Amino acid sequence: MQLTVNGDLLEIDVEPDMPLLWVLREELGLTGTKYGCGVAQCGACTVHIDGFAERSCQARVGDLEGAEITTIEGLGNPAALHAVQAAWVAHQVAQCGYCQSGQIMQAASLLSETPNPSDEDIDFAMSGNLCRCGTYPRVRAAIHTAARTMGG
Amino acid sequence: MSKLKTFSRRAFLVGSAAVAGGVAFGGYLVARTPENPNLGNLGEGEMSFNPWVRIDRNGITLITPHADIGQGAASMQAALIAEEMDLAWGGFQTDFGRPSAAYWNTAMAEDQAPLLPWDDGFGARAMRASMDAMLKVIGMQGTGGSTSVADSFTKLREAGAMARETLKLAASERTGIAVSELRTEDGAVILPGGEVLPYAELAEVAATLDPVEGTPLRDPSQWRLIGTPMPRLDTMAKTTGTQSYGLDIELPEMLRASVRMNPRKGGALNGFDASAAEGMPGVDRIVEITGGVAVIASNTWYAIQALDAIDYDWGPAPYPAEQAAHWGALDAGFTADNLDREWRNDGDVDTAIADGSDISAEYRAPYVAHQPLEPLNAIVLVEDAQVQVWTGHQLPRFLQQQVAAITGHDTDHVIVHNQYIGGSFGHRLELEYVKQATEIAVQFRGKPVKLTYSREEDFAQDFPRQISLARCRGAVADGRVTACDIEIAAPSVLGSQLGRIGAPALGPDNQLPAGVWQQPYALENMRVRTYAVPDLSPVSSWRSVGASVGGFLAEGFLDELIVEAGADPLEERLRLCTLDDTSRRTLEAVAEMANWGEPVPAGTGRGVAMVHSFGVPCAQIIEVTDVDGAIRLDRVWVAADVGRVVDPVNFENNVQGGVIWGLGHAINSEITYADGMAEQTNYHAAEGMRLYQTPQIMVRGLEHGAVRGIGEPPVPPAAPALANAIYAATGQRLRAMPFWNEIDFI
Repeated sequence: MQLTVNGDLLEIDVEPDMPLLWVLREELGLTGTKYGCGVAQCGACTVHIDGFAERSCQARVGDLEGAEITTIEGLGNPAALHAVQAAWVAHQVAQCGYCQSGQIMQAASLLSETPNPSDEDIDFAMSGNLCRCGTYPRVRAAIHTAARTMGG
Repeated sequence: MSKLKTFSRRAFLVGSAAVAGGVAFGGYLVARTPENPNLGNLGEGEMSFNPWVRIDRNGITLITPHADIGQGAASMQAALIAEEMDLAWGGFQTDFGRPSAAYWNTAMAEDQAPLLPWDDGFGARAMRASMDAMLKVIGMQGTGGSTSVADSFTKLREAGAMARETLKLAASERTGIAVSELRTEDGAVILPGGEVLPYAELAEVAATLDPVEGTPLRDPSQWRLIGTPMPRLDTMAKTTGTQSYGLDIELPEMLRASVRMNPRKGGALNGFDASAAEGMPGVDRIVEITGGVAVIASNTWYAIQALDAIDYDWGPAPYPAEQAAHWGALDAGFTADNLDREWRNDGDVDTAIADGSDISAEYRAPYVAHQPLEPLNAIVLVEDAQVQVWTGHQLPRFLQQQVAAITGHDTDHVIVHNQYIGGSFGHRLELEYVKQATEIAVQFRGKPVKLTYSREEDFAQDFPRQISLARCRGAVADGRVTACDIEIAAPSVLGSQLGRIGAPALGPDNQLPAGVWQQPYALENMRVRTYAVPDLSPVSSWRSVGASVGGFLAEGFLDELIVEAGADPLEERLRLCTLDDTSRRTLEAVAEMANWGEPVPAGTGRGVAMVHSFGVPCAQIIEVTDVDGAIRLDRVWVAADVGRVVDPVNFENNVQGGVIWGLGHAINSEITYADGMAEQTNYHAAEGMRLYQTPQIMVRGLEHGAVRGIGEPPVPPAAPALANAIYAATGQRLRAMPFWNEIDFI
């Protein structure tokens, strides 16, 4: 089976039922995507599939041949941050940080669809991403900052 | 030595009986400085001045032994060392170091002794000193109780100053220039002519010198870092998915495992039939461990699927099977046998309440799960010579003991590689998952075994916050609160936790009255008693522990009394708050922030609460609005006095997070038992707060009191401030968490 992740075509040998999450983490070594709940309740595993934020714990890998998958590693890196990541650093959002890959992937997807989101837009898009440390005030502020820097 | 060890394990305790035992260690052991743990494993050309600083030609490593569970402890510790050592922010590596007695927590004694926080008399000081001596002798390295800043604040600056002065001496030896002519900046000694000698190049010379001790610490006016916003050292990694947590570690030849333990926590495994699981994809081995089954598979997901396919025969729970029986045990638990301690008895409560208007209420707090987002995980590699453990843990020396007890190794031969942790809230004080990983690894000697819990397993095995039932009585007269009598029945948190590590607590559990007896109010008549009810669910420290319950019932019930007296909730608290100036200033600050007393629209209400916990007074005012029968959280104002705000951004983040933790769980979270098993299996049933519910949270840090931590103190006032605000908005008094059982929220 072949998967396209962050622009690379990769060969994997797993059962087609395996969720994308576990392929990314344990077959491909892309550990930036996190396991939190396995049942689409926390959003820690959020990636982009064909440009849209999806919970990778709910995506059967057998259904993803030909899809363009982007993980946090493909969004940006310390030397070349995505605007959302730059805003996250500026606002010092992370505490334990474990949910932040998912928060950032969700926020990037929100901003690509809604360049200048209202607080209500943010509430709607981001409330599926659980943060046990309670970084929500900074998540909200960082999204507004990213929207401005992206010219929304 | 073994005799001392046995006594020491029993001696991590709380209570006067144990404190009295502290003197038994004698002067020698107490005075002895534990060995610098860095000296045992220095690399070629590397030197170490003290337990917190290592230098070699490649650079500087600061050892930050307090676990980083998301609160920013690694950055905080590094900042304190870097301040005195004149390191550029980020111009160094950090490492959690090896577990060591040298890292005994010098602040834990503050809160563990059964004393009022402002009691600074001779007896109190002696008791704290005695307890600290004991913690030193047993080498009590631990992260918890919001002690990391208090423990680190002086000793890490001293460590930095010692390193700086010794490096200056090394530069002097090398150049012949007097130390008084040298200065330091950005990780280097600067010669009078401007020549720069990086510390790393001085390491080898410095290694030949006696460290320079006793240098006075700098005046706060000279600080470059402390008190300023410092980008946390882990921010970039946590923003780019490159932060490695325990769950992300991969080792050569590593086996992946998951477990299914008896969901009746602590119950036996009578037998199991794995025939349906044996041929499943990816499954390598299925093995039994104490109380459960482990599957080894090529992918953790395969292991979890296989665990679902196994047929288990579980034994009964060692606690009541049904939730109603837990409440029943508390209801019947206010007995002389269970009386743990009478913590406060001022005036004459019985007379005052009998004579006055008798007001009474019952308060309830449920079991609540920790459930940090990173599921429990550990890698254990058992070899003949040593055991290695990769996990994030707050009590690494207890971890060593528990692992060694299973593998038979000497405790010193259990090497712990402590990791950044994806949240704890008390969960990473527990050791069952490490013991299980060790039991599996013993069966696969020579190969690292990584145990990962499924979220459902994590919920099922979580030792929750203590369930509590409180009976409160009070009286008012002439517009004032005159009496308050609070009795709390709960399972002992410390008894449960210490029992699991073989260290039975001596003396009463000071967590049960936390948030109640240490309230800084000078009530004419006040009594606080706790009852430790045995044989309930195992329980554990949950962010702010006893105060998360005690603060709720004490400040909720006080609000009832104030309303009954016809007084203003803030004014009456200020009138009563005469025991501690710092607390009174905190209340005044939050009142000013919120402009308390200003008119609010119909349907909007404000509630106030202050709880003194972990040495920190934290006051909150919450504003809510009743929107067609559902409560919307609008704004929260918070003031807390920690003596010194090390980093204002991280401080605000911790406070906001603590408020959100307190509010979210007060609204919607509980663990209930049916057939001995937790009924809540994943976040859909116990989620805490989400973004859309989150109010605006305004924060002010005050610096009048002693230097203390901020991880936990924002939690206890949140629930009562919310309950009091809801009362103000709707007239409905909430006396049982979670609130959504009684009222709707937006």
